[in-house]
Amino acid sequence: MTKDKFKAALKSFGLPRLIIAGFLLLLLIMAPFVGADLPTQISNIINRFSWNGILVLAMVPMVHSGCGLNFGLPLGIISGLLGATLSIEFGFTGPLSFLAAVVIATPFALILGALYGWLLNKIKGGEMMIATYVGFSSVSLMCMMWLILPYHSPNMVWGLSGKGLRTTISLEGYYIGALAKIGQINIGAISIPTGTLLFFALLAFAIWAFLHTKTGTAMTAVGSNPAFARAAGINVDKIRMLSVIMSTWLAAIGILVYEQGFGFIQLYMAPFYMALPAVSAILIGGASVNKATIMNVIVGTILFQGIVTMTPTVMNNMIHMDMSEVIRIIASMGMILFALTRKTEAAK
Amino acid sequence: MNNEKAPLLEMRNIKKDFFGNQVLTDINLKLNEGDVLGLCGENGAGKSTLMKILFGASDITSTGGYGGDILIDGQKVSFSSPFEAIAAGIGMVHQEFSLIPGFDATENILLNREPKKSNIVSEVFGDRLDTLDRKEMDERAKAAIEKMGVSIDQHMMINSMPVGHKQFTEIARELSKEQLRILILDEPTAVLTEREAEALLDSIRGMSARGITVIFITHRLQEILSVCNKVAVMRDGVLVQEVPAKETSVEQITHWMVGRDVKGGSAAVSTRTHEDAKTILKIEKLWVDMPGETVRNVNLEVKEGEILGIGGLAGQGKLGIPNGIMGLYEAGGKVTFDGNEIPLNNPRKCLDSSFAFVSEDRRGVGLLLDESLEWNVAFPAMQIQNKFLKYYLGGLVKWRDEKAIREVTEKYIDELKIKCTSSKQNARELSGGNQQKICLAKAFALEPRVLFVSEPTRGIDVGAKALVLDALKKFNRENGVTVVMISSELEELRQTCDRIAIVSGGKISGILPASSSVEELGTLMLSNVI
Repeated sequence: MTKDKFKAALKSFGLPRLIIAGFLLLLLIMAPFVGADLPTQISNIINRFSWNGILVLAMVPMVHSGCGLNFGLPLGIISGLLGATLSIEFGFTGPLSFLAAVVIATPFALILGALYGWLLNKIKGGEMMIATYVGFSSVSLMCMMWLILPYHSPNMVWGLSGKGLRTTISLEGYYIGALAKIGQINIGAISIPTGTLLFFALLAFAIWAFLHTKTGTAMTAVGSNPAFARAAGINVDKIRMLSVIMSTWLAAIGILVYEQGFGFIQLYMAPFYMALPAVSAILIGGASVNKATIMNVIVGTILFQGIVTMTPTVMNNMIHMDMSEVIRIIASMGMILFALTRKTEAAK
Repeated sequence: MNNEKAPLLEMRNIKKDFFGNQVLTDINLKLNEGDVLGLCGENGAGKSTLMKILFGASDITSTGGYGGDILIDGQKVSFSSPFEAIAAGIGMVHQEFSLIPGFDATENILLNREPKKSNIVSEVFGDRLDTLDRKEMDERAKAAIEKMGVSIDQHMMINSMPVGHKQFTEIARELSKEQLRILILDEPTAVLTEREAEALLDSIRGMSARGITVIFITHRLQEILSVCNKVAVMRDGVLVQEVPAKETSVEQITHWMVGRDVKGGSAAVSTRTHEDAKTILKIEKLWVDMPGETVRNVNLEVKEGEILGIGGLAGQGKLGIPNGIMGLYEAGGKVTFDGNEIPLNNPRKCLDSSFAFVSEDRRGVGLLLDESLEWNVAFPAMQIQNKFLKYYLGGLVKWRDEKAIREVTEKYIDELKIKCTSSKQNARELSGGNQQKICLAKAFALEPRVLFVSEPTRGIDVGAKALVLDALKKFNRENGVTVVMISSELEELRQTCDRIAIVSGGKISGILPASSSVEELGTLMLSNVI
């Protein structure tokens, strides 16, 4: 590789990513010295990547169509949660319940996505602000619905009253590890969730392929210059709607994948906290408000999750005090803050 | 002292450039008291810039000032702000209304110059707190309005006034200034009805009789002849003629305005006639609601295989025609292509009927600035005609054929001599002329039967202009494509087109062969300007 090529590659990778990657590397090197178990940490990063990858991937279609970053991710997550809880309610167990959850979540995601897309077409230019509030209000509405909806499965409802869903529902006996356990590789303390990674790869490939089709090309053009697309005979609103539906559906699938790795369904305010990390991850990965690639998703998720996992562990071990939760929040919020400041750098 | 009285206003060798772009060259003008000067010239001839210099406008001083001298009563002056110009007795009425909508006429006329009465509070806190002397204000405003010889309700709010009255209010504001000696009117009659315009002309005569010098800018040449005693014609930043109004005519002024180097029709036009050719496109009663370029009622027939030029002054609606037909702005009327009616307000239907459009808004509509040249060239053809696609899974997946896209882009890069590093370069990085060629390549790739090209040479340099026009001609000759070209430059239309239609006031005011003289075309251009 010539020097110029190297420089070009470096430039396309971007200085912010280089610094973050350097910091992550530093943390990994420090880990054994401060007494943290390195293989466990690496295993942690890989697992967290596998849980979060699809949620970050969900950003891509909307970014491409010019609807901006999907701060309304909770809407898709709620569709996923409806799929998850209904699958259990209907009595599906084991890995089959995962499949059932996907199937049940899909119509919810399509309908909610279409409504959300219709709304975003009404307020062109202010998508991200409106999306944020769509996320907020849908989470609040569902906080009530989780209590009111007539769920009966004893594994999910509050023990004493016998109605209303619990905040956290264990997936033991349902789809815990439904994907992760497929072809799982264990090397010492490192365990690789092959199935989950493959599933992510499958969806990432599907999105990549979609963006190479005629409709996908139109989607990118709509995001790049809607006036150009309109003059070329593209129905801009339809393409935007499609992108929002795709994003919402990916978010629904993403949360199910997250749950099968994490082992629990988290209801009520939990979806609220999912959007910002996903937005941050893709921004750190080098995406801008109207350009995002699959590579941005992969790099961003690894860097974001890496920092968020490693910082508390290393810090904890250094000061010999259990502050992991506090540090985790500081690190993740700090990363989000950093990523959002990057947003302007990337914008046109 | 000279025996001869120094002229009221004298401009000597006025020069102005905007960042190296010369817009005014050696302007010399002398005006005496009571003179009425009619200043005319095409859009962009430099009229407004000259007036801004005289008025000390901030966009002149902020771009490096001007060269040459301005003398008033033989004294050299240099205004660094409009306030100084006003103090020296210069008043200007702008094309855009500078009135406060929620104030009535009187308040607007005397704004910041109101007669005041002192009161207890102002005795203590200074004269900014004086009370307005409403009675005195009314009288002064009334006097100013009477000077114009029109009647305006001086207590009517500006926002409920008809445009004509707004214009009069603005003139009255200038007239109410006692020190006023020179009044600049920048297209004051553009928004007036005929009767109002007549009243205004009367008031100009009145002002002149009172010794006020008026500089009157308008496109309505008849008005100049009826009210002015001097006529000055500007073209491309040069004062080409200055004559007494009595010695000239509308035709002559038109000739001076538009005629670049009129050497007996210098345009080497290879005029072809297509009278026998069938009408391929018929436009009937077209209206288009395009802001600033309203089309009111256009009837036009385009013959197969010709290049039809559409010209006219800015704002008369020539740009609205292609934008309306292509469905980019709301439009109505009937468009028939090859016997089939084309639905309006639907870009897709037009493109499907093998129309193509190169927009005048190159960066806004014409290009995907942040995508590669390949995408820019191939995108419309891919989306509309399913070109450059590979099919997989029995046609279910329509995959972008990168190789075909690169080939077609490279073909056009060669043909149109587009300067770029590679077909992968982003459109944003190209120069204006090369961007325009990409826009043409995009339209050519569609292989249309009718091509609309709007302002193809706007903002590009001379060399690129010739290349773009040649490419258009070649495309027309070799592929038999009918071209409708819209341009503000008459000379360019005469060189490229077979017939030229002139749009004026949102209507076609006439169609002439391209070999017609510039004067004939110019007369049509100014015929029913609104």
